[in-house]
Amino acid sequence: MSAQVPIAAYLILAAVLFSIGVAAFLIKRNLITVFMSIELMLNAVNLTFVAFAHMWHQVSGQIFVFFVMVVAAAEAAVGLAIIIAIFRTRETLNVDSVDLMKS
Amino acid sequence: MPPASTNYDYLWLIPLLPFAGFLINGTIGRKLPRALVTAVALICTAIPAAIVTWLWITMKAAGAPDIIQVVSQPWIQITGLTINFAFTVDHLTLIMLGVVTGVGFLIHIYSAGYMAHEEGYWRFFAYLNLFMFFMSVLVLAESFLLMFVGWEGVGLASYLLIGFYFKKDSAANAGKKAFIVNRIGDFGFLLAMFLIVREFGSLDFTHVFNAISVNPEWHGGVLTAIALLLVLGAVGKSAQIPLYVWLPDAMEGPTPVSALIHAATMVTAGIYMVARCHTLFGRSPYALGVVAIIGAATAIFAACIGMVQHDIKRVLAYSTVSQLGYMFLACGVGAYAAGIFHLLTHAFFKALLFLAAGSVIHALSGEQDMRKMGGLRKRIPITFWTMTMGVFAISGIPPWAGFFSKDEILYQAFASGNKFLWFVGLVTAGMTSFYMFRLWFKTFFGPEHFEEHTDLHDHGAAVHAYSGSHTVMVADPEENHTHSVHESPWIMLGPLVILAILSVIGGWVGVPAAMGGHDEVGHFLDPVFANPTTAEATTVATSHGLELGLAFISVLVALGGLGIAYSFYYKKPGTAATLAARSPALYRLVENKFYIDEIYSALIVTPLLMFSRLFLSGLIDGGVVNGAGAAAGGTTRGLSSLVRRVQSGNIRSYAGWLALGAAAVLFVMIFGRSVWLR
Amino acid sequence: MQLALFIIFGALAVAGALNLLLQRHPINSALSLVVVMMSLAVLYWSLGAEFLAAAQVIVYSGAIMVFFVFVIMLLNAGEEERTTGSRAAYIVGFPGAAAIFCLLSFVFLSESKAFGSSNVGGYLNHITSNISEVSSVLFTKLLLPFEVTSVLILVAILGAVVLARKEQ
Repeated sequence: MSAQVPIAAYLILAAVLFSIGVAAFLIKRNLITVFMSIELMLNAVNLTFVAFAHMWHQVSGQIFVFFVMVVAAAEAAVGLAIIIAIFRTRETLNVDSVDLMKS
Repeated sequence: MPPASTNYDYLWLIPLLPFAGFLINGTIGRKLPRALVTAVALICTAIPAAIVTWLWITMKAAGAPDIIQVVSQPWIQITGLTINFAFTVDHLTLIMLGVVTGVGFLIHIYSAGYMAHEEGYWRFFAYLNLFMFFMSVLVLAESFLLMFVGWEGVGLASYLLIGFYFKKDSAANAGKKAFIVNRIGDFGFLLAMFLIVREFGSLDFTHVFNAISVNPEWHGGVLTAIALLLVLGAVGKSAQIPLYVWLPDAMEGPTPVSALIHAATMVTAGIYMVARCHTLFGRSPYALGVVAIIGAATAIFAACIGMVQHDIKRVLAYSTVSQLGYMFLACGVGAYAAGIFHLLTHAFFKALLFLAAGSVIHALSGEQDMRKMGGLRKRIPITFWTMTMGVFAISGIPPWAGFFSKDEILYQAFASGNKFLWFVGLVTAGMTSFYMFRLWFKTFFGPEHFEEHTDLHDHGAAVHAYSGSHTVMVADPEENHTHSVHESPWIMLGPLVILAILSVIGGWVGVPAAMGGHDEVGHFLDPVFANPTTAEATTVATSHGLELGLAFISVLVALGGLGIAYSFYYKKPGTAATLAARSPALYRLVENKFYIDEIYSALIVTPLLMFSRLFLSGLIDGGVVNGAGAAAGGTTRGLSSLVRRVQSGNIRSYAGWLALGAAAVLFVMIFGRSVWLR
Repeated sequence: MQLALFIIFGALAVAGALNLLLQRHPINSALSLVVVMMSLAVLYWSLGAEFLAAAQVIVYSGAIMVFFVFVIMLLNAGEEERTTGSRAAYIVGFPGAAAIFCLLSFVFLSESKAFGSSNVGGYLNHITSNISEVSSVLFTKLLLPFEVTSVLILVAILGAVVLARKEQ
């Protein structure tokens, strides 16, 4: 019970995780790893919401996190299905080779 | 001044009816049958002529106002300047209107016969009606600006009509030349208008002339500048030195056009303008002197050239330039009424001469060279007799019309103290008589030099393919007929007869008191030229003897010209050739119009062309304009190729840009709020 | 104790994230992500969101991450190759990421006084438990969104089945 952790610390932690997620998104070349970095970003945001819910003493932040989780689950399902479809046609999971949309 | 009870709005019909004719013939005339086109054109000219006749009756009646005005909505209304569409009719306008609508109507009738088989018949009448519209506007205008509209418009109509046979290079070039040379004059007119606005704050005639009249001490200075610029405009329109070069080339147009525009009406617009602005010119003796000298110089110069031309229409063209010089001379010595009187008689006999020449050309199936004419008086008698009336009239032999008007001018020139100008005018009169009778003898007398030849036309056509201004647009090579010299149809001869009668009696309205007449024209124009010029003031006092003496001398000179022409071209036909052979260089110089066209071309046209091609076209058009366009295109292309790189298709690069964009949005959200709130 | 919890599991989360970044084989990255999620679950619990902590473990790391691992193994994804790919990602992206981080931390740090501090097990109120709190809102006020999400999941299932199906 001694030292209390300031809310700002949680927020900074979330910011750190978010930035690492962005960096991973930019660096990694495997499609699935890129997708995972998106999940990391989502988690960082969840932490922010929970911290603010704790600060304002309201439950709506947590409700938000609940819905984020649901949507993340759905998104992960569909996204991975797409990745599987891509793998079937391209035989590779390299992000740089999925560039048919270039002008 | 206009009586409030009478409505003069019907004045608008005078210009608007021909304009309606132009619109109808110009838009659907191509599809209409010839008869309908003719009917439209003639009605739209006849009704204005009738209105003018009515106007004459109204304004000559006792108690009629001297001036009537019709004002419409304001045209331009800005602080410091208001210009209305306004027409004014005074006695000067009446004479001009009479010439324009009367002679114009006669020439319309003539053209119906002359152009009967031409391609583009509807176009001709559309343009002719357009010309009538603009000329009426010019003459009726109450302000400088409206007159300028008419001024420019007649230049446009002239260009269209000179270049009527547009498939001929020479005709197209002549049209261009006319328009461009006119433009130089118009430039002077425009500058004069700017000065007038600056000086008087208005362009209305009444306003400007009142401002001058109430200030009797105002002479010279800016008034001279305005007057000289107006003179430049008049010189361009009325083909005086140095801007006369377009008129001889304008003979490329059909002969009725030459008759109407380049003899009777358009070229007299300059004279009319000088007469209208006589109040202004009266305050600038310098400008008047310039006018007189230009007039006299042009008269004698053009007469010189006219004496050795071979083309019948060219002779008449130079004769027109010369006679316009007379009118200028009259205005220059202050005898405006005399100038207008000569304008009136000149309209009659010059139109007659041109129309008769057209009849001759038509009779010879397109021949215009007088060396290939001769002995025509038995073949085309009516044309011969009418042309004779015209020739006698222009030579100034009494009692034909030209004598009274020309003599009045010479007398006024003498009486105003410019004896040298009088002498120049006298010599010119002799030369005029000489070359007109030369034309007369060469065309109608002597042995026949023309060929009755097979030519390319279908029988009964009024006009045929040949050199000069008489080109048919579609030649039908299959039909070949021998074609004999034939008289023109009555639709063409009718106006000739009427104009011939007018050439005889037309001068009788201006018989001076010295010869027992009443000088009705002079008195008729008194309300216009209200302040008698010094010349007119002295004429009252000077003896009639001087006038009779001078008249006698000019008749002698005219008869002398006749005599010389008779001996050169009838009695001993080879005399002229022998004289020419004795001084070939001089003869060639005059025959080639003193090489004026060539001089202009070398001095003005060629440098301008080079400047345009090299500098304007090459540097500015190619460099700046094209360069700006290319630069705009190139910049866009360059920028877009840069931006296109974003669309690489690579997911990671998109992600990179996304991150950057998100950071920017965050930045704006965090820090932008404070800015926005402020 | 809260401070200790926060430091330990915060560091663990960051370490896991960095490991995700640095590992070459995707299965290692997936397992690191599981570690991150577990630590986040502890942090949620320390912030008084017990239900979410449980959901995080069960749903997120228990289902979603397992799903990821399934796919990695299914596709037999190997180690990453080094391809050059895009320069824009590095040139533009890293500054962007860094900027995001700096902006966020600037805001959080400058307002840290206003945020206050947390209590372990800090609950929203003393009366009800967290789960009844959440469920009472979820099933009354937000019932419609709740049902809509179930439809969403249904749609996702259908989509996934269609997309991942072998072409016949």
